[in-house]
Amino acid sequence: MTMTAPAKQSSAFGAIARSNTAVGLFFMLPAAVFLLCFLTYPLGLGVWLGFTDATIGRDGFFIGLENYEALARDSVFWMAVSNTIFYTLIASILKFILGLWLALILNEHLPFKSFFRAIILLPWVVPTVLSALAFWWIYDAQFSIISWSLMKLGWISGPINFLGDPNNARASVIAANVWRGIPFVAISLLAGLQTIPQSLHEAASLDGATGWQRFRFITLPMLTPIIAVVMTFSVLFTFTDFQLIYVLTKGGPVNATHLMATLSFQRGIPGGQLGEGAAIAVAMIPFLLASILFSFFGLQRRKWQQGGQD
Amino acid sequence: MASVEFANVRKSFGTHPVIKGVDIEIADGEFVILVGPSGCGKSTLLRMLAGLENISAGEIRIGGQVVNGLAPKERDIAMVFQNYALYPHMTVADNMAFSLTLKGAAKSEIEKRVKPAAEILGLSHLLDRFPRQLSGGQRQRVAMGRAIVRDPQVFLFDEPLSNLDAKLRVAMRAEIKELHQRLKTTTVYVTHDQIEAMTMADKIVVMHDGLVEQIGAPLELYDQPANLFVASFIGSPAMNMIKGRLDPNDTQKFVTEKGIVLPVAKAPDSAKGLTLIYGLRPEHMTIAQGGIPAEVVVIEPTGSETQMIMRVGGDDITGVFHQRISARPGEIVGLSIHAEATYLFDAETGKRLV
Repeated sequence: MTMTAPAKQSSAFGAIARSNTAVGLFFMLPAAVFLLCFLTYPLGLGVWLGFTDATIGRDGFFIGLENYEALARDSVFWMAVSNTIFYTLIASILKFILGLWLALILNEHLPFKSFFRAIILLPWVVPTVLSALAFWWIYDAQFSIISWSLMKLGWISGPINFLGDPNNARASVIAANVWRGIPFVAISLLAGLQTIPQSLHEAASLDGATGWQRFRFITLPMLTPIIAVVMTFSVLFTFTDFQLIYVLTKGGPVNATHLMATLSFQRGIPGGQLGEGAAIAVAMIPFLLASILFSFFGLQRRKWQQGGQD
Repeated sequence: MASVEFANVRKSFGTHPVIKGVDIEIADGEFVILVGPSGCGKSTLLRMLAGLENISAGEIRIGGQVVNGLAPKERDIAMVFQNYALYPHMTVADNMAFSLTLKGAAKSEIEKRVKPAAEILGLSHLLDRFPRQLSGGQRQRVAMGRAIVRDPQVFLFDEPLSNLDAKLRVAMRAEIKELHQRLKTTTVYVTHDQIEAMTMADKIVVMHDGLVEQIGAPLELYDQPANLFVASFIGSPAMNMIKGRLDPNDTQKFVTEKGIVLPVAKAPDSAKGLTLIYGLRPEHMTIAQGGIPAEVVVIEPTGSETQMIMRVGGDDITGVFHQRISARPGEIVGLSIHAEATYLFDAETGKRLV
């Protein structure tokens, strides 16, 4: 062995070390491995399963778009799609309005402000399954506290069939989802409200703005960037919701409250049709992608945010 | 345009009083500056005039009308904030037109008011920009433009120049003064910078600890300060102040605690026996042979004048001289004091006696 070999080796290594691109790639390796193992692989597997007739315990064969063709003719699937869109739309709108309203109240000078802020976070902190169980009791066909209160007040004669009637059930799960989702919206918007300098409100009130005009012309436009972020996340969470529905109704009555996520699970795991379940899950991707794209363009810095510091 | 009056105005935050009974009368068209150190209550007073703070007691009148119960938007005043408070999501033009937009003014009317205001302030080419795309001085001008467009009864300025660099501050000072001479709108201006107050105001209100110390024209305050606080606050470099007593046999002689004799013009007999503060402006002395011996400590030539810190019997005295001085630190020079320009203050009450 001569001394030239290691010298050559070190110079080759040196060339790599000197190349910023190579070093950059090297440093990205851990993150890339992580992403490949835990994000790309499961996602890829899911997409692949959607093209097979796999069932639990049996590797499937590639069957092309057969699963999707079956779904296209499946009225339950289409009901789940429309349920999901309806559920996401109504719940998100309610969460936005109520969350913004709460945030505006909490932004005022209230006694025990920090106490109320902590209280507001509670629905968010409680595990979903736990709050879903609580709602399960609230919506119970016989022992519902809502029915009981209304009956005591004499407004209704018999208990309300919250989860047994399709439309009641849809309204009930939306109400539960809104209750759970408000804290996220309210606290995030509150953080946004607090970045608006007090002097802008003072300047506007000197300029002759009423309370409503201050909200309309100062608060709302300055809050739009954060509204876009918060509502994108809220829509994503709501669209992929599973736990609440699964505990409260399991998709019933007669599939009336099935969302795409719950239907996918039901067909795939208890039903054993992994391929079909995966296909339903894959069918959610276009919707999610659309909302992400929407936020991507919605979140681009507006013209007034560009330029120097304040 | 309107006059403004503060009548025994008080303000407390909780139990803590910040304004302790203030009386100020501001005539129509006057440029009045409230000046004082941080925490003296000058900004609070301005915000009370704007309607942004409640008035705990007393009355504020604008144009003879009591405004205590009026909301800010009913007072017909415009304010320029320290941080400018420009609406970041509106263009310069929209910022300036905001008050008119709220009133539902027609587009032609808005243009008719915004354009000349922009022209006065040299903002015509910036009307489509957003505040973030402007420099500090330009933002300052937009804030003023927003006030001008309103054509209000009173302009309020809350330390408008403190976020600008020194050079720009001097330029904006002249601009604001010129603007006032042009518009002749009653103006109340708050600052902690006595130079701003001296150079711009028709009338200065010196405030300290929630009270008015003295009200007067700039040179009046400079030449006849009512008390030690005003004397030390107005003027730069500050007035020299030396503790001592009058010579019991000669009221034209002031003896410092260290035994140095300084000249006095004509002290009243009542000053005899009191502990006094001897006040001497830095410019009221000259270097002369045979003067009071003073040891040069620091010498600072600025070109147009020379500042010198000298030690006279243990007390440091700052002098400003218009001639060039070639003395070196440690040298002894003779100091001749203009006796007729000196002041005497009662050390206990702070009141000026001479």
